[in-house]
Amino acid sequence: MRAVFRRELRAYFQSPLGYVFIGAMFFFAGYYFLTYNLYGSTTDMGASFKMLFSVALILVPILTMRLLSEDKRYKTDQLLLTAPVTRTGIVLGKYFAALTVYLIAISSTLIEAVAMSFFAAPAWPVIIGNFLGLFLLGVTLIAVCLFLSGLTESQVIAAVAGFGVGLFLMLIDSLAVAVENGFVKAVLHGISFNSRYLPFTMGVLELQNVVFFVSVAAMFLCFAVAVLDRKRWS
Amino acid sequence: MIHVQGLTKQYGEKLALDHVSFDIARGEVLGLLGLNGAGKTTTMNILTGYIGATAGEVVIDGHDAFREPLEVKRVIGYLPETPAFYSDMRVREYLDFVCDLKGVKKAGRREHVAAICEEVGISAIVNRVIRNLSKGYRQRVGFAQALIGSPKVLILDEPTVGLDPSQVIEIRALIRRLGEHSTVIISSHILSEIQAICSRVIVLHEGRLLADDTPDNLRRKVLATHRVAARVLGEPEAVLAALSAIPDLRELRQLPEEKEPGAYEYVIESAAMRDIRADVFRALAQADLPLLYTHGNDESLEDIFLHLIHEQRTKGGEAQ
Repeated sequence: MRAVFRRELRAYFQSPLGYVFIGAMFFFAGYYFLTYNLYGSTTDMGASFKMLFSVALILVPILTMRLLSEDKRYKTDQLLLTAPVTRTGIVLGKYFAALTVYLIAISSTLIEAVAMSFFAAPAWPVIIGNFLGLFLLGVTLIAVCLFLSGLTESQVIAAVAGFGVGLFLMLIDSLAVAVENGFVKAVLHGISFNSRYLPFTMGVLELQNVVFFVSVAAMFLCFAVAVLDRKRWS
Repeated sequence: MIHVQGLTKQYGEKLALDHVSFDIARGEVLGLLGLNGAGKTTTMNILTGYIGATAGEVVIDGHDAFREPLEVKRVIGYLPETPAFYSDMRVREYLDFVCDLKGVKKAGRREHVAAICEEVGISAIVNRVIRNLSKGYRQRVGFAQALIGSPKVLILDEPTVGLDPSQVIEIRALIRRLGEHSTVIISSHILSEIQAICSRVIVLHEGRLLADDTPDNLRRKVLATHRVAARVLGEPEAVLAALSAIPDLRELRQLPEEKEPGAYEYVIESAAMRDIRADVFRALAQADLPLLYTHGNDESLEDIFLHLIHEQRTKGGEAQ
């Protein structure tokens, strides 16, 4: 697992992808920091974090699109699958590499918080909670998009599918309001990422939301391992 | 060392492997011979754990390949037909990554990698990016990858395809050296290559095992000295008259094409299964007809297959 992790992490920074992703995240975080905190003269970063939800949904598919699809297209999976590494190890190595890049990218929010602390005392527990929320969102989204990347040989399809999932997750709450059927409504509410994410931005840390993100991530990682396993049986 | 029993692989409707069984002893160099689509690569992919089998049993170095895949993968070095690389990596980085994957210890790793690079002749290019390497060098990097971790079993899928002749000779010499302390399986569709390297050969055809023998025996089986094609200078009538003096002729005919000015080729086949080349020479010498060229026993792989398939059918017919 560590070999795969190291190679993927290095690959992010040998190609423009890692820099572009981190740069884009820094840009959006900086923009919202400027408009909400600097112009609004407040140390409350909740509004800024609220906006980063959509940014993460758009950017994460780009981060993960090549993770498994590229191996399939260039047959480099042959090397990985015939090496003494478990399929779980391969998936987790790639997953943690993407998660590391994501963590670096969202760390700009913490830099902003530190910069603010020189002028006024921010509510650190709230900011840490916000940061944890954004991190958990990444934990889950990367797992989902990693799974999507394993379904196809094409990076583009993997990215588009990821955008599709992202858009669906953005619209799901308004959809839930529009739906009449009580059961469908409950399901849509249940799988909404936004309603799990918003409490973090309001400074509320609920264990159930943490469990939700972590367990959805675990489920999709299992799916990704199963996709790799499919080759052995089909 | 390797025990394969009843190996079967089905792709949808198509049966890629049909109950293939064989055993390989430690230190043996085995050739898998077959035309394209015979099931060579499928067999290798299953042995290396890249794909699964529909049915059958594979035991390598005492480990069941389906129950203990990691133990099996640890003893195997695999060179795929077209080695795939992370082409943005440098050769050194790539080999280091493979060391990580195979769990080669940090201590002594540099020496290990350097020795392998020396062996396959890529020491001079370890700092180059793989994307920019020629086909021959890529093949060697693939080879180096397979050798990392000193695996007990080496599985090489068409290792010399696409190399130029001098590289082919080098690679063959390398495989022979490796065969001294590892068990090697190589696949090929060139009989002379198998003959040059292997101590044993398995012939696959349409997923079935046709023969399991030494390369020399295999060649002897299909050595067709009772059938010769001769190129003779002279009037066709005179040549045919001279050749018809050979006893027990089954077939004598002239090929229509004039191969050289005034020379035609003739197919001569004896009904008796014996070498008739000397007879052909004597008959022509007596008639003062210059024999320019004979051929007939440089059998192609297709001939071997036809022969083996024919043999199997006859056997099958007798059994029924």
